[in-house]
Amino acid sequence: MYKRISLIAIACVLLLAGGIPSYAQESSVLSRIKERGTVNMGHRESSVPFSYIGDDGKPQGYSIDLCMKFIDAIKAEVGMPELKINFVPVTSQTRIALMANGTIDLECGSTTNNLTRQKQVDYLPVTFITGTKLASKKDSGITEIEDLEGKTVALSLGTTNEKAIKRVAEENGINIKTVMVKDHPQGWLSVETGRADAYASDHVLLYGLISKAKNPDDYHVTGRFLSYDPYGIMVPRDDSTYRRLGTVTLADLMRSGEAKQIYDKWFNPGPTNINMPMSDTLETAFEIQALPH
Amino acid sequence: MKYNWDWTVLISEPYMDWLISGFGWTIAVSLLAWILAFSLGSILGILRTVDNKILRGFATGYVELFRNIPLLVQMFLWYFVFPELLPHDAGMWVKRDLPMPEFTTAAVCLGLYTASRVAEQVRAGINSISIGQSHAGLAMGLTPAQVYRYVLLPVSYRIIVPPLTSEFLTIFKNSSVALTIGVLETTAQARQIEEYTFQGFEAFTAATLLYILVTSTVMLLMRLIEGRVRIPGMISLGAK
Repeated sequence: MYKRISLIAIACVLLLAGGIPSYAQESSVLSRIKERGTVNMGHRESSVPFSYIGDDGKPQGYSIDLCMKFIDAIKAEVGMPELKINFVPVTSQTRIALMANGTIDLECGSTTNNLTRQKQVDYLPVTFITGTKLASKKDSGITEIEDLEGKTVALSLGTTNEKAIKRVAEENGINIKTVMVKDHPQGWLSVETGRADAYASDHVLLYGLISKAKNPDDYHVTGRFLSYDPYGIMVPRDDSTYRRLGTVTLADLMRSGEAKQIYDKWFNPGPTNINMPMSDTLETAFEIQALPH
Repeated sequence: MKYNWDWTVLISEPYMDWLISGFGWTIAVSLLAWILAFSLGSILGILRTVDNKILRGFATGYVELFRNIPLLVQMFLWYFVFPELLPHDAGMWVKRDLPMPEFTTAAVCLGLYTASRVAEQVRAGINSISIGQSHAGLAMGLTPAQVYRYVLLPVSYRIIVPPLTSEFLTIFKNSSVALTIGVLETTAQARQIEEYTFQGFEAFTAATLLYILVTSTVMLLMRLIEGRVRIPGMISLGAK
């Protein structure tokens, strides 16, 4: 069924273009973008500063800026400079379904790239590296996960952080009580109201939560990294032509240093004052991923 | 659709255990909430029909308050706001030492909410009986309490079996709202499996089937009860 639709799509493109564009034979995503005249970009609404709704009501952020560069490359590839961008808000629950059913052509948020998820979707090169850390009250005496013995930690349902905390606790025989929460604001509320002693999440998100707290000076992000979470832009699977276009775009940005400029714009110190200079690990990752032509 | 179907995820470790445990929590929250809703709802429904103005006002106030606030908001209020209104020590106890805080809060909240809906049905059942019957009871020398016990309630409960069935089914479905305060029930587990494996369609299909399983069981059970207790001429049994 799907093949038949692609064949029809290709036939339409052939009629319209009057030639054989090289990508149409291979890339179903590019041909559907060209057919529609729009590219559907999935974005998050509150992943600060990666992908969130700004004061003007439009999606903005680090991932959005990188995706805009990718879309410029798509425009050039399909030869449609006037290509429209349709912003589709997604959540961590809807992003896979919307990508699998072809609603969105790329997802620009804060999605961890891992091997299990790659059975379902593809990723562009790693654009941010984070990991699980703890946020707690400074006077709580908690600095590492070991200090949580007998205490309570809030965990966000279904996150890689939850997995990490449970694994580390089990490996080291630490007895931790958990409170499950549905999102970051509720996790933070649990710490502020004393229901939990700490909240475990990606360290970059914790800095964001603290910067917006009532008394930011009372809290700190602490401990070693308990997991490795590389973020990437998500694209539909089984379309290597399309994915390569994104890889080339990002490799060019990383090689030219433009990626670092975009990073600094959002993180150093960034519009939300998050104040996170680029880590050595990410700098190295950019160097490694800046493949030559 | 570019989706990599993999139904084996449902029977692989630990995901199958998650679904089973989630199903258990769904049943536990719903049944506990239903016991609370049915008992409290019955009392409130009766109070809405008594002569005493204060009692009637109280019951009406309760129904309007709990029926008019979205369940999602009530969950949040009970879990995050209620402990803050208590004296500090009592609040800390609720937050820290209450056994299974999420579960208890969810069951109580869902029970109190559904009680307002059950109360309305009990009231409707009592009001549907002609006033002549309670007059006759009183004329025979029964006390008002005896009129309720022997004349009004035995009939009204039988009349309201069908709407009560709906409420009973709804409470199982509404129990999924408990995931917003961290109860790992069926829907929460399905979301959890989706996040871990990205096989959301399989997980939610399984969750749907589990809900259908429990609701059809309840429906069959209530059908049986309906058939057993019906008063010929007062309530028709669809299938017969």
